[in-house]
Amino acid sequence: MSAISSQSLTRKFGDFTAVDNLTLEVAKGEIFGFLGANGSGKTTAIRMFCGLLAPTSGSAIVAGIDVAKQPDAVKTRIGYMSQRFSLYEDLTVKENLAFYGGVYGLNRKEIKDRSNELLDRLGFKAQENTLIQSLPLGWRQKLAFSAALLHRPEIVFLDEPTGGVDPITRRQFWELIYETAATGVTVLVTTHYMDEAEYCTRVSIMVNGRMEALGSSRELKQQYGVDNMDALFFQIARPGGTFTHA
Amino acid sequence: MKRYWGFVAKEFMHILRDSRTMLVLFGMPLAQIMLFGYAVTNEVREAGIAIYDPAQDDITHEITHELLASGYFRLEQMVAQPEDMEAIFRKGKVKEIISYESGFAEKLLKNGTAQLQVVTDASDPNTGTTLRNYTFGIVGQYQRAHLPAGTKIGGIQPVVQMRYNPQLKGVFTFVPGLITIILMLISAMMTSISIAREKENGTMEVLLTSPMAPAQIILSKVTPYLLLALIDGFGILALGKWVFHVPILGNFYLLSAELGLFVLTSLSLGVLISTVSPNQQVALMLSLAGLMLPSILLSGFLFPIENMPVALQVISNALPARWFIVIVKNIMLKGLGFASIWKETLFLAGFAVFFIGVSIRRFNIRLE
Repeated sequence: MSAISSQSLTRKFGDFTAVDNLTLEVAKGEIFGFLGANGSGKTTAIRMFCGLLAPTSGSAIVAGIDVAKQPDAVKTRIGYMSQRFSLYEDLTVKENLAFYGGVYGLNRKEIKDRSNELLDRLGFKAQENTLIQSLPLGWRQKLAFSAALLHRPEIVFLDEPTGGVDPITRRQFWELIYETAATGVTVLVTTHYMDEAEYCTRVSIMVNGRMEALGSSRELKQQYGVDNMDALFFQIARPGGTFTHA
Repeated sequence: MKRYWGFVAKEFMHILRDSRTMLVLFGMPLAQIMLFGYAVTNEVREAGIAIYDPAQDDITHEITHELLASGYFRLEQMVAQPEDMEAIFRKGKVKEIISYESGFAEKLLKNGTAQLQVVTDASDPNTGTTLRNYTFGIVGQYQRAHLPAGTKIGGIQPVVQMRYNPQLKGVFTFVPGLITIILMLISAMMTSISIAREKENGTMEVLLTSPMAPAQIILSKVTPYLLLALIDGFGILALGKWVFHVPILGNFYLLSAELGLFVLTSLSLGVLISTVSPNQQVALMLSLAGLMLPSILLSGFLFPIENMPVALQVISNALPARWFIVIVKNIMLKGLGFASIWKETLFLAGFAVFFIGVSIRRFNIRLE
């Protein structure tokens, strides 16, 4: 069974079509790269998958749930990490984890056990009572990611998780994504960095609300006769004339 | 429910860990009430006076006693002869001289009138006027209480009787205004900033993708400020009552209920501000310029509404604070009941319903 499956998913805002007939299958355990310029419809699509936005037409089944019909039921089964930093800086590591665990309805014991396990795995145990604001950015990001996984979601959505981060930290972050996917969690990630597209199992490229390309980076490079993802991106996005690389 | 309390606990951590927030929540109300209560006041205490009393009879002695017992005056010296007055004023210690005519009691009882002259040092006109008013008030009171009807102490014009606050105590009029402003500050401004902070930091998006419903999130954000606003509100009432002896003449429960209603109105206003603010700065500016400033200037707290140009009076009517101040004054200082404030209460409730309605609408549009 696919983790995400959408059929002609469409969202209009007045006359503007943000997402146009998106049909997509993402397999369980896949790392799916969601590429596209700003305003290409990525965020709108993700918001529909997360049950935040109702589709105008079409349907999407996320973790086995029809998001248009049961937008709330899907929320316990997914995790979300925004491009902007999503932990509270004035709370400690442990308090942040406890808060997010609580929001997802975990009980005290679950929160304690999972936090400990997670902190051990990341090697952050000694810092559990440190305020987030005094941790380096790379650590914070790993923690934000881990917090989004605390309630053991089947699918995790990462909206530009590596924006503004140095290459080494990005690399480490991707290792964490691999580890997570290896446990069977499906990862849908949006990114601006084309080299990151190479790390994904498959990628889709959105242009003006439509999905223009879909496949593994190797397949796509062959199909379009280019040798890197940057070139591919320009080739696909340019005909629309609205592409601006951020 | 468990989610809700976890959220409220987290919210309290934000508040307790931020020293600036704590200062605004508790330091500011305290500082303001102390300032208004002690420093910023047009009351005069223990002003030096001199008395010229050639009559030396029972009535002049009694009037002098009443004056000195009031606490507003302190006898600096007795005046031996009228010619000395000029010199006494020049020394600057004496702000007012009271002189009785000779044979005061005798003339009063025989002719029904006697002269009492009040001369004040008007180099500070406000103090001069205040002292004169105090004197008139005290002499008038004495006259009504102790002299047979029809007798009149000459030289004293009939004074407008000051009701509800006969001593014109500044703190009496400041307490209702101060409660209003502080409650508005905590409920509307602090709340809107705290919700805007979640948006600015991107945590709001994460919360919205969680199983918590938007209404639940807002409710959890608002709860701590509701509690803190009530603590501050009752704290100011208590300070007023026990430190400054501002009475609560009306029904305490009615006052509490109205206080709750006003906090609700302000909180809904705060939520509304936060729905239109993308970040903390916008929320702060909107609250300060669009809400706090008009509330302080136009609500009748500092300046009487009747004296404002019509345009400002209209704006004043659109401020919840304007109605709440009337409610608090009527209950606290006049001891009036619900019948006198049902209209104002209705306005407040209407504001609350309106703000909540618009907020829900805006929130839905944003989610759409």
